[in-house]
Amino acid sequence: MSLPVDLELDCRDLRCPLPIIRLANAIGDVAVGQTVGVVARDVAARSDVPAWCRMREQEYVGEDTADDGVDRYVVRRLR
Amino acid sequence: VTHSTGDLQGYLDAASAEPLHPAAREALTAALDTGFADPAALHRRGRNARLLLDNAREVVAATLGARPDEVTFTATGTAAIHQGTLGLLRGRSRVSPRLVHSAVEHSAVFAAATWNERWFGGTTDVLPVDRTGRLDLPAAQEALQEPAGALAVQAANQEVGTLQPLAEVAELAARREVPLFVDLAGTAGRSDALADLPAWAAASASAHTWGGPAGVGVLLVRKGARWRPPFPTDDRIDPRSTGFENVPAALGAAAALQATVAERAETGSRQRRLVERIRRTVPETVPDVEVVGDPDRRLPHVVTFSCLYVDGEALVTELDRLGFGVASGSACSASTLTPSHVLEAMGVLTHGNLRVSLTRETTEAEVTGFLEALPGVVRGIRERAGVR
Repeated sequence: MSLPVDLELDCRDLRCPLPIIRLANAIGDVAVGQTVGVVARDVAARSDVPAWCRMREQEYVGEDTADDGVDRYVVRRLR
Repeated sequence: VTHSTGDLQGYLDAASAEPLHPAAREALTAALDTGFADPAALHRRGRNARLLLDNAREVVAATLGARPDEVTFTATGTAAIHQGTLGLLRGRSRVSPRLVHSAVEHSAVFAAATWNERWFGGTTDVLPVDRTGRLDLPAAQEALQEPAGALAVQAANQEVGTLQPLAEVAELAARREVPLFVDLAGTAGRSDALADLPAWAAASASAHTWGGPAGVGVLLVRKGARWRPPFPTDDRIDPRSTGFENVPAALGAAAALQATVAERAETGSRQRRLVERIRRTVPETVPDVEVVGDPDRRLPHVVTFSCLYVDGEALVTELDRLGFGVASGSACSASTLTPSHVLEAMGVLTHGNLRVSLTRETTEAEVTGFLEALPGVVRGIRERAGVR
């Protein structure tokens, strides 16, 4: 299953909390309603992307994988 | 003897280790000379050691809500968890080899589950918790529809302070006739977790959580519970003991427990007030913070929160530089490089996590100092990390 992603962030080699910082800094680069995919090997991202969405009132769409099989966490900008 | 508290200034990690209680130091020091002998020996020195050990056992039994013959001193709390859970499973091996436990148990329970799978052909079911870390009771009820060897649920979570609905859990276990194992770490000495429980089969505790010396665990196995040794033993009287007990340390642990219980009304209300102040102040002074754990049904001395965009290790290191000793459940600060399984199970932020746990002597001034230092520390780390 592949989720629609408007902007993909390569956080493969970043450790927590850097993927979340990249996500926060990039969310403004997409329009409201568009999505950002965070590609990360760090297992903390699995908990922290949904938690960030809850705290920042954005929508967590779900998890899939990038082209190379690395986990990707997808967020929709709501505001 | 004077007990200087000066070097404890800023130490806010009591959930990892409560500083030694003066009562423990006294009892322990005296027993180093009088309780050195083998308590299993028949001569006078052996009998002296036996008396001291029996005394420690009686005190621990009375304070934790058990009978003296239900108490065994183990090497650590971890050893008590392994003995308790696996011993109950061995006792029920004809019924079911399945261990059911909550997702927020101590890592020793997870390790016991793995051992049960590998060596005893067992299976494991892990029960979910809600956002506050509280056990999902309907899930527990569902899991106990099938036969189970044992159910393990902690009295409280030491990482986030949430108390578990133990009375309801015990009722479920009793109804399904599944032996209940209760990890008392955090509540031992602070509240009576076992009192009025309809049923429990075994329990564990660890002396360093209440101001006793480290290296003393407590295993309780209830009279009538089916428990079989899961590991090799020796020829000592108690099959649950793991060898020659550390009698002076056990006595010190018992003395600390007794003193802690005697002081807990005062200590608890002071700690609750200070924790409430931290819970209220931190979200006001630090942006993008989430205080986690149940706001009301909680341990008196523990408060945990997570700061967005902050590296947990940097947080602990910076605060240490300013004189504050705190713990973090974040991956960046863990030896395993994986985030806390507790925070994960709760679905809360795992990075930037900080656990502040008050000792029995933590003062208002220390908390004030911490609350004044925190916002600048968090701001600095965020700026350096490039948070816009």
